[in-house]
Amino acid sequence: MLKQTPLNQTHRDMGARMVDFGGWDMPVNYGSQIEEHHQVRRAAGMFDVCHMLVVDVTGIGIREFLQTLLANNVDKLKEPGKALYSCMLNPAGGVIDDLIVYFMREDWFRIVVNAGTADKDVAWIELQRTAHAPQLTIRPRRDLAMIAVQGPQAREKVWQAIPAARAATESLKPFQAAEFDQYFIGRTGYTGEDGFEIMLPVAEAADLWKTLNTLGVAPIGLGARDTLRLEAGMNLYGQDMGEEVNPLEAGLAWTVELTSPRDFIGKPALLAKPVKMQMLGLVLLDKGVLRGHQKVATPHGAGEITSGSFSPTLNQSIAFASLPLGVAVGDVVQVEIRDKLLNAKVVKLPFARNGKSLINI
Amino acid sequence: MSIPGDLKYTKSHEWTRSEADGTVMVGITHHAQELLGDMVYVETPAVGRQLAAGEECAVVESVKAASDVYAPVAGEVIAVNADVVDAPEKINQDAYAAWMFKMKPSNPADLDGLLAAAAYQTLVESEAH
Repeated sequence: MLKQTPLNQTHRDMGARMVDFGGWDMPVNYGSQIEEHHQVRRAAGMFDVCHMLVVDVTGIGIREFLQTLLANNVDKLKEPGKALYSCMLNPAGGVIDDLIVYFMREDWFRIVVNAGTADKDVAWIELQRTAHAPQLTIRPRRDLAMIAVQGPQAREKVWQAIPAARAATESLKPFQAAEFDQYFIGRTGYTGEDGFEIMLPVAEAADLWKTLNTLGVAPIGLGARDTLRLEAGMNLYGQDMGEEVNPLEAGLAWTVELTSPRDFIGKPALLAKPVKMQMLGLVLLDKGVLRGHQKVATPHGAGEITSGSFSPTLNQSIAFASLPLGVAVGDVVQVEIRDKLLNAKVVKLPFARNGKSLINI
Repeated sequence: MSIPGDLKYTKSHEWTRSEADGTVMVGITHHAQELLGDMVYVETPAVGRQLAAGEECAVVESVKAASDVYAPVAGEVIAVNADVVDAPEKINQDAYAAWMFKMKPSNPADLDGLLAAAAYQTLVESEAH
């Protein structure tokens, strides 16, 4: 039996094509994935992200606990409401999950983890809590729904749908959140556009979704979510990273804070591993579509695509590739697609931000 | 679901249209394009290529996934549709107009072994459950 979010019936009513996404019955599109993609880049779209899990950590000494648990340093979170992107590593330095942690008070931090890894994450966090900070309470919040609204018009639409949100969130900077009434709203997202992620009681989710829709915010499926995040240079757990992947090789070095003396789980293993690969972007020069697991031939050795698709914004195929050190931006490499070698240009990530292509080919 | 009665179908979701001159047009069904979503790339077989029945001979790629297209019967490829190669979205717009290639069957009687519209509809419905 597939798990359902509180918006399941609403998706069906809106004509969604549903798919099994890691055990969840989720909308892949509502007609055209490409149109949904453009809608987010040009106006505003909304995503059901209720399958992801909010986990509240409360008690005394959370900051110290998270400094051990996470590869990024929560000491960067000084102002209440500030959020941080981080990986949670295993002792071998592999990625258990990537997550966002919000600092609300010294006795309350909120973590948002991926859907497919949620149970594993909670078990791991509880295990570490028991070992390092038994006074803390770990509370999975399945009572909260989560809706992401993204695009240049996203914030304005949310303020129309929830008038009280304007005063509470107008001054939020990117990667900052505010709590008011029944809402917890973060200026975060996964598309490379401005916007909000709204957490609210499950019972209120369908009403907010429908109100946003009447204001012209289109529902967006997982299909467009994937092409948007790919263009925005955002890693996907299970494809671009995982327990067997060194985050320093997967384009996540900026999230692994190694300069402070603090000890975090996985740090000794990371320091002991030689870094041999790097994550870069590819733009296909020949005709075709880049996909995950395709082999890449370079003068410095073999690489592999971790995520690839057609980019609606660039109107050509793009990918993330794990490539040997030595390959540089501007190089042309060969991707093996159905026994043919096609040319692709190595580019810097991301491919697009705020509606515009960042790539000149 | 659109399944024209004058066409014949394969279990792998190709449609065929027999022409008066004995040749056969081949494309993918409305159901197949709906499952795949927005088409962005089409690779057609070379004209002159001899195909065995069921042989992989073309590729359609949507944003979501790549999918092989199989020869419905044995025969020779005699033409390909450059329009769908240039504009793969035509498959989404009208799957039964967007033929991919035309072939001359080695044995016209092979076409009798393909599915009629009702049988194809039953197949699609059974796959949906």
